[in-house]
Amino acid sequence: MSDQRLKRIALAAAAPVLALVAAFLITSLVLVLAGDSVGGVWGQILSIPEARGLTNIVNSATVYYLSGVAVAIGFRMNLFNIGVDGQYRVASFAAAVVAGEAWLPGWLNTAAAILAAMLVGAAWAGIAGLLRVTRGVSEVISTIMLNAIATALVAFLLRKAAVRDPGSNIVATKEIPEGSRIPGFTLFPGAPNQVYGFVFIAIVVGVLYWLVINRTRFGFDLRATGLSETAAVASGIDVKRMILISMLLSGAAAGLVGLPILFGEAFAYGSTFQSGLGFAGIAIALLGRNHPIGIALGALLFAFLDEQSNPLQILLDVSPDIVKITQGTIVLTVVVAYEVVRRYGVRLEQRQVAAALEAERRPGTPNEEVTR
Amino acid sequence: MSTATPSAADTPTSTTGSRVSLPYVLLGIAGVLLVLSVLQLVTGAGDLGSSGTLRATFVAAVPIGLAGLGGLWAERAGVVNIGLEGMMILGTFGAGYYGYFVGPWAGVLGAIAFGALGGLLHAVATVLFGVDHIVSGVAINIIAAGAVQYLAVLAFTGVPGGGQTQSPRVDDLPALTISAVADPLGDLEAKNWFFVSEVAALLRAVTSNLNVLTVIALLLFVLTWFLLWRTRFGLRLRSVGESPAAAESLGIDVIRYKFVAVVVSGAFAGLAGGFLALVAANGFRDGQTGGRGYIGLAAMIFGNWRPGGLLAGAGLFGYTDTLRLRGGGDTIHGLLLLVAVGLVALAVWQWRRHGQRAALVAALLGVVVALWYVLTSSVPEDLTGMTPYLTTLLVLALFSQRLRMPAADGKPYRKGSAG
Repeated sequence: MSDQRLKRIALAAAAPVLALVAAFLITSLVLVLAGDSVGGVWGQILSIPEARGLTNIVNSATVYYLSGVAVAIGFRMNLFNIGVDGQYRVASFAAAVVAGEAWLPGWLNTAAAILAAMLVGAAWAGIAGLLRVTRGVSEVISTIMLNAIATALVAFLLRKAAVRDPGSNIVATKEIPEGSRIPGFTLFPGAPNQVYGFVFIAIVVGVLYWLVINRTRFGFDLRATGLSETAAVASGIDVKRMILISMLLSGAAAGLVGLPILFGEAFAYGSTFQSGLGFAGIAIALLGRNHPIGIALGALLFAFLDEQSNPLQILLDVSPDIVKITQGTIVLTVVVAYEVVRRYGVRLEQRQVAAALEAERRPGTPNEEVTR
Repeated sequence: MSTATPSAADTPTSTTGSRVSLPYVLLGIAGVLLVLSVLQLVTGAGDLGSSGTLRATFVAAVPIGLAGLGGLWAERAGVVNIGLEGMMILGTFGAGYYGYFVGPWAGVLGAIAFGALGGLLHAVATVLFGVDHIVSGVAINIIAAGAVQYLAVLAFTGVPGGGQTQSPRVDDLPALTISAVADPLGDLEAKNWFFVSEVAALLRAVTSNLNVLTVIALLLFVLTWFLLWRTRFGLRLRSVGESPAAAESLGIDVIRYKFVAVVVSGAFAGLAGGFLALVAANGFRDGQTGGRGYIGLAAMIFGNWRPGGLLAGAGLFGYTDTLRLRGGGDTIHGLLLLVAVGLVALAVWQWRRHGQRAALVAALLGVVVALWYVLTSSVPEDLTGMTPYLTTLLVLALFSQRLRMPAADGKPYRKGSAG
């Protein structure tokens, strides 16, 4: 039995490893074709980061993780939430305004801002959910449209709400007061920078995600609907309600994506706020197979690639954008690898069953040969 | 189509053809111009129908339309293409690279080739490996953006006039002007006669300073319509998108048709990017596409997966984009009135046809837009940028029952599924 289990674990690990190897090979091929040094690039990327780099990796992994979980909640329900980008943009802006205005003192203010972000993110995703259940509009299309609308809307609102420093053309919301920021801490000794305190909230989100999906009636319904909608309907699950709720939850999680940066580093929402994290979340959720720990590993990997590629331009005169090719390729190879491994596993199982049957039949009655 | 033999497009029973015939197109254009004239008179926004606006509309609409055509090819064969944006990005680089190092026409070919390369990747992933279409599209958008930034640093740093994020200036493609017609039309436009001047403006925009690539793009629309709806190849391609199992049982090589369609789709998207680099600008710039691949997708959905509708969608989105760049808020503000009237008319129509809920939603939206028109004097510049997306969302929400995408769109197909 333990042999069986070992085989299962090996099979499960084989797919991501296969995917990474394939993605590295393809990236190397691009480097060779472009005439850049393959060994130099990988030497830098796969080197051991210093304490400062490790801190950066944990920080950006925190952000990626929240984005990955937001996408994964939708995936579990067979929903494709491409709109995490727009959702966290609107939500971060709302949180920045609430925290910046500081209607409540200290930590209450922080809590109010986080709540506002989750509500706004959920509402923005809810539009897509509502269109899906009432009008049958594909959430893929509606969230793409809502992303663009979010960009325009936030640009407009930012201009209204912004405070402008004299002599600077950076447009940003009011800065969050000192007492409402989330302090960081030193995780790696000797690092000049600090890990976001928000990392704990991200961990809580991961645990909650696991609990809700695996240990509640709602989570069971969600997984059942995602696996087979017809079976879910037959067992009395209100699919429309499930779609709407999971879209709202996905949006609420997406609302948190921008907050580690907001409360730990930027302290205001400005026109230079990082975008595109939602699309990375899709890649990371796929890489981690929607599993809370898998997503964490995927997030760490993406953050690692980002951080390690940064000095490429200075050291080797190679554009660090090369890792975007790696990251994008991972998305493709991981899906293909899981499919290949799954088919291999199925075939392995079939062969095992066939062998077992064969072994049973041999000492039995000889006239079975005749009936065949 | 004016020959003695009755063509299929004129028979009303034809359900497969896109119902665009010349009289309807002309009537449609005249109707749009008439509405623009009335609007100009009522709102006093003078730039709604000038030949400058219309010509700029062509420049804005062509990339959207070409990207939409790319989407049309793929989706008619049953492959959803979210990767249009990435293929467009590849196209801008192809145009910039070959446009500068060889020449503008090589740039056109380079854009097509680079876009087709993106299409090839999408085809290999979705058609051969059965990867989910959305996943593959997202991946291609990430890969293309990264690849182009990486390549641009390699190709254009140190080149005079170039840099890490842009190519040097690329020579212009030729533009066509029929001055014998264009000049008198310009005089007529300047007279500001109701409706007549708008017609003159349109004709002048068509006859003067028209880029070759714009003409080619329009021809590609006609070609696509003809290939997909009037040939055996097109019928088969569309059958693959409607019911691949049935198509395969009839001996059609489903995989090959899907493959070809997706590569062609990439080529169109690449050409759309090439247009941006060669006509709308004069070289490659990083981030040049600005989400136009998504607008192209939106235009295709707006057009109900048909070339005629797509053309209308691209024109509409290009027009609003142009107004944003030229007049900004004042002119878009004029259009608000039109939207309000349209929504109220829609509410009345839906009240009689379908039910009260949809009608109430439309009426409510109409009242909101009307209030917006009355209470403000200009639409903020930031908000005008969302017009195409909001329109698409509205169309999807209000008309989703009337939209019909190919039946097997987005579903992975494995060879031999015909059973």
